[in-house]
Amino acid sequence: MDFVTIMAAGVATGTIYLFAAVGEIFAERSGVLNLGVTGMMLMGAVGGFATVVATGDPWLGLLVGMAAGGLLSLLHAVVTIHFQADQVVSGLALTFVGTGLARVLGEGLSKAGATSLLPKLTVPILSDIPIVGPIFLRDQSVLVYAGYLLVPAAWYWIHRTRPGLNLRAVGEYPAAADAMGVNVYRLRYLYVFMGGLLSGLAGAAITLAIQPGWFGDLTVGGRGWIAIGLVIFAQWDPLRAAVGGYLFGAIDRFLLDVQGPENFFGIRNPVYYDHTLTFFLGMLPFVLVIVVLVVGSREAVRKRIGAPAALGVPYIRGERGA
Amino acid sequence: MTAAGSPQGVAARSRRTVQLERRLDVPRWLPYLATLGAVAFALLVSAMILAAVGGDPIRSYLHIVDSAFGDIGVISDTMVKATPLILTGLACALAFRMRLWNIGAEGQLLMGAWGASAVVLVPLLPPGAPALVVIPAMTLAGFAAGALWGFIPGLLKARLAMNEIIATLMLNYVAALWIAFWVFGPWSEGGFQLTAQFPREAWLPRLTDLAAQVPALGGLTVHLGLAFALVAAVALWFILRRSRWGYEIRLTGDSPPAARYAGIDIARNTIAIFMISGGLAGLAGMAEVSGVVHRLQQAISPGYGFTAIIVAYIARFNPLGVIVAAILFGALILAGREIQPAGVPGMIQGIVLFSLIASEVVLRYRIRLVRG
Repeated sequence: MDFVTIMAAGVATGTIYLFAAVGEIFAERSGVLNLGVTGMMLMGAVGGFATVVATGDPWLGLLVGMAAGGLLSLLHAVVTIHFQADQVVSGLALTFVGTGLARVLGEGLSKAGATSLLPKLTVPILSDIPIVGPIFLRDQSVLVYAGYLLVPAAWYWIHRTRPGLNLRAVGEYPAAADAMGVNVYRLRYLYVFMGGLLSGLAGAAITLAIQPGWFGDLTVGGRGWIAIGLVIFAQWDPLRAAVGGYLFGAIDRFLLDVQGPENFFGIRNPVYYDHTLTFFLGMLPFVLVIVVLVVGSREAVRKRIGAPAALGVPYIRGERGA
Repeated sequence: MTAAGSPQGVAARSRRTVQLERRLDVPRWLPYLATLGAVAFALLVSAMILAAVGGDPIRSYLHIVDSAFGDIGVISDTMVKATPLILTGLACALAFRMRLWNIGAEGQLLMGAWGASAVVLVPLLPPGAPALVVIPAMTLAGFAAGALWGFIPGLLKARLAMNEIIATLMLNYVAALWIAFWVFGPWSEGGFQLTAQFPREAWLPRLTDLAAQVPALGGLTVHLGLAFALVAAVALWFILRRSRWGYEIRLTGDSPPAARYAGIDIARNTIAIFMISGGLAGLAGMAEVSGVVHRLQQAISPGYGFTAIIVAYIARFNPLGVIVAAILFGALILAGREIQPAGVPGMIQGIVLFSLIASEVVLRYRIRLVRG
C-alpha cells in the first residue's frame, strides 16, 4: 500500500467515472438531465463483454458497448425532447430498462473465462519521471490515455468553439438560441446521444479493460450515480470532473488496500482485525459524495455558478419561457 | 394555442401532417385510458423483446397471471408482496406530489427493518414482553428509523438546496451497508449472514394463525402489515384531498412560486414530507421483518423501494390508486422470480414507466390529422 500504487489504480478506475461524467456534462449542458447513466453503463458493459466473449476482439467490443449506450440514450431523448416527459422520471425509467435489459443479455456471461483485454501502454522516457510517470504513464490501459485526450478536448469544445457556444446557449436559454437559428431539438438529441456513447464507453471500459468480467448489475454498482454526483461537484466542467473522477477512483482503491496491513506506524489496524468494519469503509464514497455536494453547492452559491438554466425544462417552440 | 412547427409537426412528410394542439381541459376519463393504453403498450413491447431473446412471451404472461392470481393461496402471496409496495408506493407518491424526488424509499425501508429489529435484538424491551407491547414498539421504531433516513435528505434539501435525488440514492447504499454490518457482525447468528429468528411475540399476526378456528385460512400468509398499508393509504388520501396541509403540499407541487406567495413554509413542509415519506417506507421494512422473514437479513427487499417509484407513477400519485398499482406489481415480483432470464421483471417495469410518461403527451395535447 503506497501512494503511487493507489494513485495509479485510482487513475485507472477513475477513467470510468471520467467518461460517464463528461458524457453527462454534455447532455446536461444542452439542458437534458439524464439520470439513466447506470443503465447506459450497464448496456455498454454487457455489450462490450458479450462481443469480446463471442469474437475475441476487444476493439469491436468497445464499439458495440458505445453503440449500446448510445442507442439506449435515444429512448430518453425521444421521450423527453419529443414527448416533453419529465426528465427525472424518464432517466429513472432508463436505469430500470438498461439494468433489466443488460441482465437479460448478460445471462450466462458471468461464466465466461478470461477474455482478451484492450492493450496497456507505457510511454517511454516520460514514464520515468518520478511519481507522475508511474501514476499516469506506466502500464495503463489505452482507455486511460483516451481519457487524457477527452478531457481537454471536451473543455475546449464547450468553452472555446462555436458549436460549444451553441451547446451552452441551448442549455441556458433555448428560446434565444432558437432565434439565432440554432436547431434546439437537433442539438439536444445529439448531445444526449453523445452522453449515451460516453456512458457506454465507461461501461465497456469496466468489462474490457479496468475490471474485466460480468457480475450482473454489480458490474457497475453505484458508480453511475456517483458519476452524476461528480457532474454537480464539477460544476459542469470536464476538467473538474476529471479531478473528481481520479480522486474517487483512488478512494476506491485505498479502501481496498487499507484492509491489508496489520499495523500502521506501529498502531493496530482495526480494519485488519475486524473485517465487519469494512462495511463502514464501503460507505465512505457514498457519504463523501454527499459531503462534497454540500461543500460544492455552497461554493457554487458564493461564486454564482449554477446548473445550466434550462436544465430539466423541455423546450416547446413558440411557447413563453426559456 | 397550436404547436405547429414544433417537432411533432413533422411526423408525416406526405400530404397529411400530425398536429398537436394544446389542451385547455382534460376529460376525466382520459388519464385512466392513457394509463391503460400505456401499460398495454409496455406489455406488448416487453413481449416483443422476450420473443427476440428466445423466450415465449405468451407463456410467460400466462405464467405470471396464474402464479399470482390462480388460487386463494397465491392471491394471498401476491398481497404479501403488495404490502411493502403499497407502503413504499405511498412514500414515493406523497413526496412526488410535492415534486420532491425521494428515490430513497429502498434505503428507508432497510433502515425501518433495522429499527424494528433493534427492538428485538438489542433488545430494547425486556425478553418475554407481550406481543401487545412488542409489535407497537417495533412499528414505532421502524417508522422512526425510516423517518430519520428521510430527515437527512429533507434537511439537506430544505436548508442547503442540495439535490435530493443524489442524496437519497447515496443513502440507499449506506443503508444497505449498515444492514450488512449488523447481520455479518454484532447480530450474526452463528457466523451466518442473518440474525436469530425473532420470538413469536415479535411476529405480526397472519391469517394462517387463525387456522385453528377457521380452517379455510390455513396457509394464508397475509399479515397485519397489509392493514397498516391500507389504513395509511386512506389516511394519506384524506390528508392530501381534504386537509389544509394537503392543499399546501399540492399547491407547492403544482407551483412553488404560488406557494411561496401564499406564505407556505416550503422548507418546513419539505422536511416534514421527507420524514413521513421515509417513515412509511420504514413501516414497509418493519412489516417485512416482522410479518414475513421474522429475522433481519441482507436480502429483505428485491427492490421494493425502486418499484415503488413506478407504482406511484401509475397511480398518478393518488394514494388509493397506489393500492391497485402495488397489487399488479406485487404479482409481477411474485411470479417474476421464476421467469428466466432474471432481468425480465425489471425490464418490464422500466418499459411500463417509459410508456406511462410518454403517454402523458395525450393529456397535454390534442392530436389532429391535418390534410394539406
